[in-house]
Amino acid sequence: MMAVYKREMRSYFVSPIGYIFLAIFLAVSGVIFSVTVLQAGSSGSVSDYFTYMMMSFCIVLPLLTMKLFADEKRQRTEVLLITSPVSLTSMVAAKFFAALSVFLVGFVCTLINLIPLYYYASGTPDTGTIVGSLLGLVLIAAAFIAAGVMVSALTESQLVAALGTMLIIFFFVFVSIFNFSIDSYVLRSVLSWFSMLDRFALLTIGRFDVSAIVYFISVCFVFLFVTVRIYEKRRWS
Amino acid sequence: MIEIKNLVKRYGEKTAVDNISLSISDGEIVGFLGPNGAGKTTTMSMLTGSLSCTSGSITVNGVDVFDDPMEVKKQIGYLPEFPPLYLEMTVKEYLNFIYDLKECTQDRQAHIAEICERVRLDDVFNRVIRNLSKGYRQRVGIAQALIGNPKVIIFDEPTVGLDPKQIIEIRTLIKELGKSHTVILSTHILPEVQMVCDRIVIINKGKIVADELTENIDKVIVGARQIQIKACGPEKEMLAALRSLNGIRYAETVGEREMSSYAMLVESEPGVDMRKTIFGVFARNGWPIIGMEAVGLNLEEIFISVVDESGGDDTRKKQKKGGR
Repeated sequence: MMAVYKREMRSYFVSPIGYIFLAIFLAVSGVIFSVTVLQAGSSGSVSDYFTYMMMSFCIVLPLLTMKLFADEKRQRTEVLLITSPVSLTSMVAAKFFAALSVFLVGFVCTLINLIPLYYYASGTPDTGTIVGSLLGLVLIAAAFIAAGVMVSALTESQLVAALGTMLIIFFFVFVSIFNFSIDSYVLRSVLSWFSMLDRFALLTIGRFDVSAIVYFISVCFVFLFVTVRIYEKRRWS
Repeated sequence: MIEIKNLVKRYGEKTAVDNISLSISDGEIVGFLGPNGAGKTTTMSMLTGSLSCTSGSITVNGVDVFDDPMEVKKQIGYLPEFPPLYLEMTVKEYLNFIYDLKECTQDRQAHIAEICERVRLDDVFNRVIRNLSKGYRQRVGIAQALIGNPKVIIFDEPTVGLDPKQIIEIRTLIKELGKSHTVILSTHILPEVQMVCDRIVIINKGKIVADELTENIDKVIVGARQIQIKACGPEKEMLAALRSLNGIRYAETVGEREMSSYAMLVESEPGVDMRKTIFGVFARNGWPIIGMEAVGLNLEEIFISVVDESGGDDTRKKQKKGGR
């Protein structure tokens, strides 16, 4: 498993994709921060920053995951992993953690944004809320990356993988928006159960919600599990 | 070493591998020969544990592939049809990655160095794979299969797309590997198996249609042997002499060449080698033989005849009618 992880990490930074991801991620987070917090000049609007950050994941995370399996298929190196003594689970996990690690590198850099919040913004920022939101962002990112891993396993085109991942992420983020136009109460509550926006909103206003955390982690596991099944199925087809 | 028993693989309605049984012993070089779509790659995928079977079993060194794929994968080195190379890595990085991937226990430096020397990769050890020629890439693929020193090495069409010099190098290398490993080679290039393998297994439509040692492979051909002779001398007398020989079924002139030499097609009774006798007769009569070659003894024709036989009577009849 370490071998696959190391190779993935390496390939992110040998090819331009790792740097492109980091550049876009940092630029977007900087813009979001200046628009939401700096212009408002109030630390109270920091929850907006986190919400927009989460939305920006729709665009930036697919960049990170699109190549994971799609490129193996295109280069026909997939067979190498399948025929080597590595279990499918650890192969999928290695790729997931590689993408997550690159994300975390970028994410840690964006924490710089929060420095001016403490020094220059009016009002005292609520550290508890900020920590909760940051944790929420990381968990959501993990869930989205897992979705990207799954979509990448379904196609050999990186473009299709990226677009497909965006679609899934959009669904999870914005599903509650459509809720207003749905009459059925049952359908509405089912859809809002899926909504990441609703669950994340609780974290950004400082309510530490265990069920939200369990939800993000389970979504993550479900996607990774499905990825393993996709490969299992191919073997048994 | 490898036991394949009643192996069947179905994709829906289509049967890709149809009840194959095969036993391969230690140190053998076995060639899987068959037209495209015969089931060679499917069989190999099952052997390497990347594909399940519908029924049947494969054991490698006593371990069942489907029960304990991890253990079997450790014992098999596999070079697929398209070498699985990460083009952005250098040869060194790539082989180190494979070493880690296979969780090898040998001394890393020495093991990789030894393999590179064996497949002659030393010159390009620090170069990026993307920049290597097809021949070198193929060798990197072979090196990859050798890492961890697996007992069984499987090559799927290892010489496709190489130039003649590279083909010879790769074949020599495979032959050499056969001294210390069990090698399975799949190909549709017929002289390749003849040159490299100890044993030839011909597969068609998912079934084994012939399984013979290389030197006996021509026995599976049904019917008579034909020889083409080119000799200088009087046409009619030469033909008469040929026809009078015991064991010759048929002789005819097929063409006149320069220097008043004639090409004659001679068919002998099944299983009789007439070449020495014919030489003797012609020599006594003072008719120099300037060429003599066996027709219908090469693998191509054996192959077609065997495959046709299993493919039903229609094609065989057609071929007979069409003649040569």
